[in-house]
Amino acid sequence: MTAKSANRNAAALLALVATLCAAIVAVTYQLTADRITANQRQYLAESLKPALAGIEYDNDLSNSVQAISAPGELPGRGEATLYLATYSGTPAAWLFVVEALDGYSGPIRLLIGIAPHGGITAVRVLEHRETPGLGDGIDIARSRWIEQFSGRSLTNPDPPGWNIRRDGGEFDQFTGASVTPRAVVRAVSQTLAFFAAHRETLPQPGDSQKEQP
Amino acid sequence: MNASAPSLQQLAKGLWYENPGLVQLLGLCPLLAVTTSLVNGFGLGVATLFVLTLSNLLVSMLRGLIRPVIRVPLYVLVIASLVTCAELLLKAWLPGLDRSLGIFVPLIVTNCAIVARAEVFASRNPPLSSMVDGIGMGVGFAIVLCIIGAFRELLGSGTLLGRLDLLGIDGWSGLQLFDGGFLLLLLPPGAFFSLALLIAGKNALDNRRNHAIRAAKGQQEDHFE
Repeated sequence: MTAKSANRNAAALLALVATLCAAIVAVTYQLTADRITANQRQYLAESLKPALAGIEYDNDLSNSVQAISAPGELPGRGEATLYLATYSGTPAAWLFVVEALDGYSGPIRLLIGIAPHGGITAVRVLEHRETPGLGDGIDIARSRWIEQFSGRSLTNPDPPGWNIRRDGGEFDQFTGASVTPRAVVRAVSQTLAFFAAHRETLPQPGDSQKEQP
Repeated sequence: MNASAPSLQQLAKGLWYENPGLVQLLGLCPLLAVTTSLVNGFGLGVATLFVLTLSNLLVSMLRGLIRPVIRVPLYVLVIASLVTCAELLLKAWLPGLDRSLGIFVPLIVTNCAIVARAEVFASRNPPLSSMVDGIGMGVGFAIVLCIIGAFRELLGSGTLLGRLDLLGIDGWSGLQLFDGGFLLLLLPPGAFFSLALLIAGKNALDNRRNHAIRAAKGQQEDHFE
């Protein structure tokens, strides 16, 4: 057997194994695809639920979603994912998922629910990498700190109050960690300001159907 | 010992004498990174066991065809496909665990314990004993993950078996032993300390046993003199 034909055989074998492996993955994908989609939808609903406590809505949130971008106005990179919950055709709440980049380590993903009158329904931290034991009090699994935002609005407290106590505001910081809560308070107040300024141009009920071709 | 017949001896190799986590010191990156809780350690351990067993089986079945030039791409191909399958299965049936382990599920591909077993064992032995080797090594690795996970969870956050819901078991949220633990154990240095303690413990046991064996031999020799 020449070196050339040996190489050809090796290449053929590699191709054969690649096909076999692709088949295994394809079969597994077929078997799991439906469950994975269902899980993702359920996870989305679960993670948005806290911001919809006490709000009645009757639409499918995974079909009522839009990516918006407003650098300088929205927190972090100025991007947000916006879900609109409606009840019989009228807006029930806008849910913003934003990222604050000025935390202590890595982005903090926040879910902020805002009712039509401009009040916060609830704020939750969806994802963060803050130091365990110091900055992770923003997580509802660790402390109830995040609950103090519920019911607040741009005028409650007044703008100077939208800071942590250390900066002269109304919101508590944690012992040994002020960077993390400062980032969260800032992101929430920025999102509220954005909502107030763009309330009229935000997605309205019926928009999502119109946009789909 | 007949090397080609699967045996208990072979299982013991992975569980103790050549344990990937404690003796070969392979796959330490995931071992150190995910072991903040027992459930996490168990989850990654089982996923690794799954991949290791099947990759050993497949590589062993292909061993007659493997040419040296293509053996590494072949291993990578087999292992990467199996890891993708493991990830899809986790996402479908244990989505919570998958989110908790995050990037370390796809990163099983880079666990050198797996490619090492393909090269050192599976490519030279028949399928059945390769599978046994994979199970031994996989279980050995998973046990180390579980022990370190349990240790760090217990001292770091004061719980044991918290987040059982990630494994699909609802209704019991584990033991809450005390509030707020020794934070250092949950941070990366804690992972190194825990692993070091475990390795030291294993070596101490081995030394003591070797000592005992040598002492016994010495006594015998004395007796014969």
